[in-house]
Amino acid sequence: MPTTTPYRHSVSLEPDKCKGCTNCLKRCPVEAIRIRDGKAKIDPARCIDCGVCIDVCPYKAKRASYDALSDIQRYRYKIALPAPSLYGQFENLEEIDHVLQGLLDMGFDEVYEVSRAAEIVSGFTRLYLNNPEVEKPVISSACPVVVRLISLRYPYLCKNILPIKPPVDIAAEKARARALAEHPELSPEDIGVVFISPCPAKVSYVKQRISEGKSAVDLAVSMSDAYFALIGKMKQELPPDTLSKSGMIGVGWASSGGESSAIFNDKYLAADGIENVIRVLEQIDNGTFPSLEFVELNACNGGCVGGMMTVENPYIARARLQTLKRYLPVSQNWRFEDQEGATAELPPELKADPVEYAPVSKLSENMGEAMRKMAMIQALHDELPDLDCGSCGSPTCYLFAEDVVKGEARPEECIVRMREELLKAAKEGKA
Amino acid sequence: MDEALRFRYDVDGENFTSAGNASVEVKRKLRQLGFPPEIIKRVSIAMYEGEINMVIHADGGVAEVIVTPEVITIILADKGPGIADVSLAMREGYSTAADHIRSLGFGAGMGLPNMKRYTDTMEIDTELGVGTTITMTVKVN
Repeated sequence: MPTTTPYRHSVSLEPDKCKGCTNCLKRCPVEAIRIRDGKAKIDPARCIDCGVCIDVCPYKAKRASYDALSDIQRYRYKIALPAPSLYGQFENLEEIDHVLQGLLDMGFDEVYEVSRAAEIVSGFTRLYLNNPEVEKPVISSACPVVVRLISLRYPYLCKNILPIKPPVDIAAEKARARALAEHPELSPEDIGVVFISPCPAKVSYVKQRISEGKSAVDLAVSMSDAYFALIGKMKQELPPDTLSKSGMIGVGWASSGGESSAIFNDKYLAADGIENVIRVLEQIDNGTFPSLEFVELNACNGGCVGGMMTVENPYIARARLQTLKRYLPVSQNWRFEDQEGATAELPPELKADPVEYAPVSKLSENMGEAMRKMAMIQALHDELPDLDCGSCGSPTCYLFAEDVVKGEARPEECIVRMREELLKAAKEGKA
Repeated sequence: MDEALRFRYDVDGENFTSAGNASVEVKRKLRQLGFPPEIIKRVSIAMYEGEINMVIHADGGVAEVIVTPEVITIILADKGPGIADVSLAMREGYSTAADHIRSLGFGAGMGLPNMKRYTDTMEIDTELGVGTTITMTVKVN
């Protein structure tokens, strides 16, 4: 398929552990998994890195890949970029500063909270929404699963995506620039900007941008690894230094609805969980959507606190964040929009690359050929039992027919049909 | 010309949660066939509106889509009450939907006008007490 660019995925399979069961097959929201030769195979062109397969695999055969925490030692000057969902992982956490101090005690030289950058994004989102020429509803650009899903399936929604970089990029760029300015003795290679990610999708996003030479992030580590390293280091009995420079808005981004509430406008919708996200996108795409200004979509249940690389139950993490947020200022990063004469003009360094439609599902580049194939798929599908049992290795009977016509499966792999034929043959043998 | 592809969907009446499913399916198929996004959008909106109409007014029905490289035909057939005054029904904002339907956000009186707007031809064949068949075409070029 010529239109697809290879995407660097962070969800992969450990073949030794995979039993070839149908759990991931049936649950993959984009039908990217097949069982072939007794093992799950993920189609990289379709995979959106949502991580559902990691969550549902009973044998822990699916895993997220990310950088090891020990890799930070490669850098002379280490900067931690904690995603705000990290703060919700700790029991009885009094202040965010304890976590940030813990990161310094772990060996980081500096911390730049992703929630600070989130507040900058929120500020610009408010200005952007004021522009009457902007296509509504504006869809958040923060969840890379959603952005990738739109680029694969929804050509008309690409322009609705907020054209602002996600907070992780902005945080990385600002942190790196600040370190270089404050430490003239450092060269750019000395600095390691380390994102503490709640999910594989954000790792993929960062890795993809690194491979394109566009990212100021150097490493993406797992939140769970950081959590276990931190619990040994955090000393909650001592009052920490005042380190946190973000407020309710930035920290609120960690769970679903947080980013939307920061637009200060009630015309928004926040949906979480990949199946719900797909339903909302379908409805926006059909043009039968209530008139809303902003749509926040998070692939994980509960938002980023539901990421596969977090430790705590997302709803407990969200409840903890509620408590932590209570005595925070609304935002500590107002500076852009509060300036006199602030305009909706976005500073170039905050602009995201436009999202382009890159469909992967065509049966053929030639429409006549595609139609012939679809007719064959329909004919074969009519003969199948429609049990969607998954034993053939395709998620549904229809997709099995599609896989056969594409040459990726053989018709005799349908065990239900085979059994019927065997029974028939046995009967005829007897008679 | 190769034979046309035909897709047939039963639209379940009184079931808003599944309304729109046929339109999603058709969208997926047209994408696989490689139709341009603009065509897919027009077909899926017309189809979605038609599906919703069948659920609101006619207790469901049958949606059939016939695809050739030149033209996509959508036939929506129901055994509902029929449309008493077609020109009135075609007026934007006119709706006979019940209050409980409106409270769900439907019944804005844009269904038929949108179906006409997004298609190249639309014919309404209706008879009171018997049902309604709407045939729409979207030309590819």
